[in-house]
Amino acid sequence: MGFLVGRLLGLVPTLAGVVVVTFVLTHLLPGDPAVFFANSVTADAATIAAVRQKLGLDLPLWQQFFVYVGQLAHGDLGQSISTGQPVAADLLQRLPASLELTLVAFAIAIAVALPLGIAAALRPGSLLDHVCRVLSTAGVSLPTFVSGLLLIYLLYYLLGWAPEPIGRIDPFAIMPPRITGLLLIDTLLAGDTEGFGMAARQIVLPAVTMALFALAPLARMTRAAMLGVLSSEFIRTARANGLRRRTIIVSYALRNALLPIVTTLGMIFSNMLGANVLVERVFAWPGVGSYALDSLISLDYAPVQGFMLVMAGIFVLVNFVIDLLYAVIDPRTGLLTHA
Amino acid sequence: MTAPLLSVRDLSVEFRTRSGIVPALKHVSFDLAPGEMLGIVGESGSGKSVTAFTLLGLLDRAGRVSSGQAMFGGQDLLRLGQGALNELRGAAMSIVFQNPRTALNPIRPVGVQIADVIARHDAGSTATLRARVLDALRQMRIAEPERRASAYPYELSGGMCQRIGIAMALACAPRLLIADEPTTGLDVTTQAAVMDVFRDAVRRGGVGTIFITHDLALASEYCDRILVMQSGEVVEDAPVAEIFTRPRHPYTRRLLRSTPSSVDVIDDLSPDEEPLPPAPPRGDRLAAPVLEVRGLSKSYAFARPRGLSNFWKPRDTAMLRAVDGVDLVIRPGEAVGLVGESGCGKSTLSRMINRLIAADAGEVLLQGTPIQRISPGRFASLPQRRLIQMVFQDPTESLNPRFSVFEAIADPVGQLLPHEGRAALRARVERAATRVGLPLALLPRYPHQLSGGQKARVGIARAMVVEPRLLVLDEPTSALDVSVQAVVLRLLTRLRREEGVAQLFVSHDLNVVRLLCDRIIVMYKGKIVESGTAEQVFNRPAHDYTRSLLAAIPRLRGQRALGAT
Repeated sequence: MGFLVGRLLGLVPTLAGVVVVTFVLTHLLPGDPAVFFANSVTADAATIAAVRQKLGLDLPLWQQFFVYVGQLAHGDLGQSISTGQPVAADLLQRLPASLELTLVAFAIAIAVALPLGIAAALRPGSLLDHVCRVLSTAGVSLPTFVSGLLLIYLLYYLLGWAPEPIGRIDPFAIMPPRITGLLLIDTLLAGDTEGFGMAARQIVLPAVTMALFALAPLARMTRAAMLGVLSSEFIRTARANGLRRRTIIVSYALRNALLPIVTTLGMIFSNMLGANVLVERVFAWPGVGSYALDSLISLDYAPVQGFMLVMAGIFVLVNFVIDLLYAVIDPRTGLLTHA
Repeated sequence: MTAPLLSVRDLSVEFRTRSGIVPALKHVSFDLAPGEMLGIVGESGSGKSVTAFTLLGLLDRAGRVSSGQAMFGGQDLLRLGQGALNELRGAAMSIVFQNPRTALNPIRPVGVQIADVIARHDAGSTATLRARVLDALRQMRIAEPERRASAYPYELSGGMCQRIGIAMALACAPRLLIADEPTTGLDVTTQAAVMDVFRDAVRRGGVGTIFITHDLALASEYCDRILVMQSGEVVEDAPVAEIFTRPRHPYTRRLLRSTPSSVDVIDDLSPDEEPLPPAPPRGDRLAAPVLEVRGLSKSYAFARPRGLSNFWKPRDTAMLRAVDGVDLVIRPGEAVGLVGESGCGKSTLSRMINRLIAADAGEVLLQGTPIQRISPGRFASLPQRRLIQMVFQDPTESLNPRFSVFEAIADPVGQLLPHEGRAALRARVERAATRVGLPLALLPRYPHQLSGGQKARVGIARAMVVEPRLLVLDEPTSALDVSVQAVVLRLLTRLRREEGVAQLFVSHDLNVVRLLCDRIIVMYKGKIVESGTAEQVFNRPAHDYTRSLLAAIPRLRGQRALGAT
């Protein structure tokens, strides 16, 4: 437990750094927010000065920073001009959509890439190995918006299997009561199987598009790690002791190969959150990525700042979870004591 | 005569390689009686391990059995499929591998790994499983088996890991056990302890054992019968008493004469080689020393993982005194042997003498000039670097694979004698190569095109090319086969007798040190516990540790026990 507390304490400086960097970065961006808040480019200097004073922009930078930190402490991320809503509320509304998409895509990627990589490592040079190679090359080389559009063309336009690729749920359907914000879970909690099916159908295409992107590095890393472990001496010992193939592959080889795989998983998850934007655009998915992009284009800085902060927070959290997984997987880290 | 446990007839194995099919075993035949311990000895590439792997069906894909049969329990092992072999492996027959640490799964408690094997062949309740694991550990005389069972391999010493490996192999009471170089890489004292429990466990269970080793002396101590293999063929198969007194095959005789423990002086080792020059008279006992070391010390902080959970606590100040106040004098033309078990500080000491690492305290005087103040990085470019050169342990690892032999030998010259012209450089490199017996035709080659012995010669030529006065040799022959080792040992003696270069020979092999050195220094836990002439240390050891070290050396049959007068 001491280890856990220590790790959690270790997050504090990182998060503090994130706050400083996001603040400085947004203040480095060109443009004068006061002019925008004045709602008119032609506003006279007195109006702009008044707005500036009202927003606290006339203070020295370090004072602004303290004001900003003070607001953060109250959970106040500022106000978005484009939506007229507090940024916190906006993000809270959109984050579940992005999370749901990322998580489903992540699950698909793991479910496909791990078995594929393991199978390819068990029979290098076989047909399956080549399939693995082709799939990973395609996944790396095709940008998500291309593969997304291809999937839409094929599955929606030509075959008609997928629903119209707009949003998370049919616009005429009744939204389930919001509990977690994740539609797949909320519909189930409400006992609405029809809604669940609808949401699931809607999420398949964008999730598969994102999974394709995540699959490539994961499958290759799994293959490489498994190949390395399978040729090591303790696998030979296990074989020499007649252990079953299943035991050798799962309990001996895979567990040892997990470290690099878990590292890759962490990187992929972070990448996916960031790469969301393109997929969200193509599928009109109401997530945080497109929200931040829209805000950036209209020079609406508060949402951008809030978005960066939330993303950085999620990155830090993911790394924390990866660290914990390391300790569980590898006793040599000496982080978890055993009997 | 009882029916043999294992009967191998006419076994041939070949490997598919890029340069065509290479035969690895040629018509190998032998029998193993129940409860017998059969030694297979031979040098690398002789097919010892291939024989073991073939019998267990563990050959990799490139290998193919081209003929023969291996009858075990009424079945031909070579005709069995992997499924049937898998039923036998770990149960009726098992194997102990070299490198005990890497042969165990690093992230699974060792007890669980043994339990895996028992559960696979002999499923039972968790309680019986646990009892059997503890039993297997107790049989290997492992103290506190409950605690050891839950340890991971990285928490155990090499010797302990090998006991676990043997316990695992014996857990299901096999009738046939193969041990493939089980103690190579372990210290002599550890080796003796592991071999003793191994032999007792095998005897108790009446297990027929094939013991594969390159160490003739070790085989002669523990085996009943010995099989000598040379390039895939069995050249001699005889009871152990016979093979050492009346070896029939010339290869066996050559192998015996190359074994350091078989002779008393270096001149008798591999006597077919060109005779050595006579030893120069030892009149220079009072000559000014090449190297003098006074009170040299080096400590390392115990590496304890420093997580965030303890970052506010003061830093752990516990130090390991790797080398603790060592004094040492080496005179011109003298050979000094530095022996001790792994972790005793002998490598740290040799590196400090070499200025590869800095000392914490003490003085190093090279021909009377103190050099301990010069930082290791700067010393590398000083002219004094010429005086003291090093030959490293692994001849392969210590050569840059992208340097040709010429470049490798010329490299220190370019650094230390930058003003020599190209012609002088070439002449110098060729002279060094000739002196170590390296044909000049090999100079344009790269390390992967050389044999192990040739690589060792390149390593020595590289050190000798700048005409040093002191050579520090860190286990230079431990990776070599005995016959190659004999040649290298003779070469080192020749260099010393002809050129008068002093040698500090770091080794764990007392038999080698005895042949090569005038004086022997025994290190134990960072301190010198004994020093004296080779004769004194071997015949009248003063310190208990030296005595236990001498007692642990494997001896050839009929050889006088070392240290017992």
